[in-house]
Amino acid sequence: MFNVSSFLMSVICAGTPLLFATLGETITEKAGHLNLGVEGMMLMGAAVGFKVAEITKNPLLAVLSAAIAGALGALIYAFLTVTLKANQVVSGLTLAIFGEGLSGYVGSFVKIKVVPDQIKSFFVGRHIPLLGDIPYVGAILFERDLFVYLGYIVVIIAGIYLYKTRTGLNLRAVGENPAAADASGINISLYKYIHILIGGALCGLGGAYMSLVYVGQWTEGITSGQGWIAVALVIFTTWNPYKVILGAYFFGGLSILGLRLQNFKFNVSQDIIDMLPYVATIIVLIVTSMKKSKENAGPAGLSVPYFREDR
Amino acid sequence: MIRVTKCTNTTRIQAVIIRLAAVVIALVVSALFILMQNHNPLDVYISMITGAWGKWSMLKATIVDTIPLIITSLGVAIAFKMKFWNIGAEGQAIMGAFFANLMVVQFPGLPGPLTIFLMFIAGIVGGALWAFPPAFFKAKYGANETLFTLMMNYIAMRWIKYLASGPWKDPKANGQNRIAILPENTKLPELFDVHVGWIIALALAVMVYIFLNKTKKGYEIAVIGESENTARYAGMNVRQVVISAVMLSGALAGLMGMIQLSAVSGQLTSDIAGGVGFTAITVAWLAQLSAPGIILVSFLFSTLEQGISYIQSDFNIPLASAKVLQALILFFVLGSEFFIQYRVSFKKNMTSTVGKEGK
Repeated sequence: MFNVSSFLMSVICAGTPLLFATLGETITEKAGHLNLGVEGMMLMGAAVGFKVAEITKNPLLAVLSAAIAGALGALIYAFLTVTLKANQVVSGLTLAIFGEGLSGYVGSFVKIKVVPDQIKSFFVGRHIPLLGDIPYVGAILFERDLFVYLGYIVVIIAGIYLYKTRTGLNLRAVGENPAAADASGINISLYKYIHILIGGALCGLGGAYMSLVYVGQWTEGITSGQGWIAVALVIFTTWNPYKVILGAYFFGGLSILGLRLQNFKFNVSQDIIDMLPYVATIIVLIVTSMKKSKENAGPAGLSVPYFREDR
Repeated sequence: MIRVTKCTNTTRIQAVIIRLAAVVIALVVSALFILMQNHNPLDVYISMITGAWGKWSMLKATIVDTIPLIITSLGVAIAFKMKFWNIGAEGQAIMGAFFANLMVVQFPGLPGPLTIFLMFIAGIVGGALWAFPPAFFKAKYGANETLFTLMMNYIAMRWIKYLASGPWKDPKANGQNRIAILPENTKLPELFDVHVGWIIALALAVMVYIFLNKTKKGYEIAVIGESENTARYAGMNVRQVVISAVMLSGALAGLMGMIQLSAVSGQLTSDIAGGVGFTAITVAWLAQLSAPGIILVSFLFSTLEQGISYIQSDFNIPLASAKVLQALILFFVLGSEFFIQYRVSFKKNMTSTVGKEGK
């Protein structure tokens, strides 16, 4: 039988790496930078997080170092594209290669097969009082590991930050119209650096969820293209952090749907299902551009290099 | 105080020196990475060069890898010249190969040369068709082409995987998801021991050079790249130029897919383009969209990749480390462009100058 609630529970797992990475890329793109290195930064987070988990057996250190690894990858990108004004597409693609390579290098030092018990027991499902008691929904959403909860929290913080705080407003101004933001006294480069780094840290966290919790081991190329889906998801969720949470679980769900349906003797090719995220993203891209809806479109200054004296 | 100004008077020689310096610094930094793995960097570098050029068989492999890179980069450059960021060459190549394979499936038993001719046309058409949707929606509605073309890549890859798992599954593959290997008579002929793709690539380089620099269409593309409004005021049909030029860009990628299918792999797989579509973006960019530059950079890039794959076996350096080396070199070359286009000057006293702009 097709067990809906067990399916939805797996959907949350499959969607969580996407949630972090997509949120990271959303914040990066809000600063006007298209970083196509998501896959690389996720892999760096996955490998470094796992290696640190092996050495320290400390879950918090593992997660923190994964975030730092992602941020360091983003730092290379930021230095190239913000300070040296290099082409964003090419820099991002190169970062993807770099991350794949470096994660493989770090991963080659990993000696253990599966994640240490201390980490495993730290990321067991934990029941949240009251919320966890809601029938059906409680078990799916509120009896999860701490990493999933971190995802919820990060989404809410990002939403409040972008839409309710002055720095968030400034950030959006930087992405929409850097010249105007510059004129109003915002330190453009600083804003870009900080948010590209935060974006990278979130991508690193997404990767760490893969290696530390979801798969529970390190294998080369563990993210298997999720970074690219995250780039698509940013568009699909129209650069809105609140929509990211739904979009991530939706795309995550699609990625495991085919296998589930086949168990149910319902033969749909997973390859066709795997196309859907990209097709859906293209449709969103077309519809928003046809409607000329400013609200759902990307930042106007996305991937346009900013040089003050060009104004 | 550090002050950055745009610089338009960098001479060719200065530019070359800056780029060479970047490569040298990259090699020094890479040397540290190689040292970390207990190898002698100099030995590794020498081995890379021998691995790429040392014997005819090695040089041949480098040339065979250069061919798709040149063709695709030329295509990408046409779109980039319009500031249309076509990063969908990978998918366009895959669809070119798919259409070429379709010819073999649809018309079995035709004489070899005729099949190759049909595949040639089909490859071009397939690539152009796959480039059409992003071009159309960009020209008509301004849909973001970078993201659109990127998405199209993954749809193309999944499409081939789907074909391999079902409709086109080779019954003789022992249950594996594979598409049947093409018959021997669909293989591109060779000239001087290398398949004729090298002539096609060189001929295309000449044609693209003439097209971009000497024809009316090429001029229109350049104007649109500089300013769409200017192009419109001058009475150009911007929409039509964009769509046709991007389809041309896709057509070249599609042709590359067909050549790889016919001459190199002989079997359609989802990685038939082997990442060349992505590498071509970097190559076209580093070559500053010039056709002769593309030939040179493509050859250097293939040399790097061949050399890197050679040291994998020679020094037991894993693929992962090889990727790090490649990315490191690219990072430095990318960063060096800044020093070609901008001047950094250190000024002690800013307050005495008129205005306080440079803070």
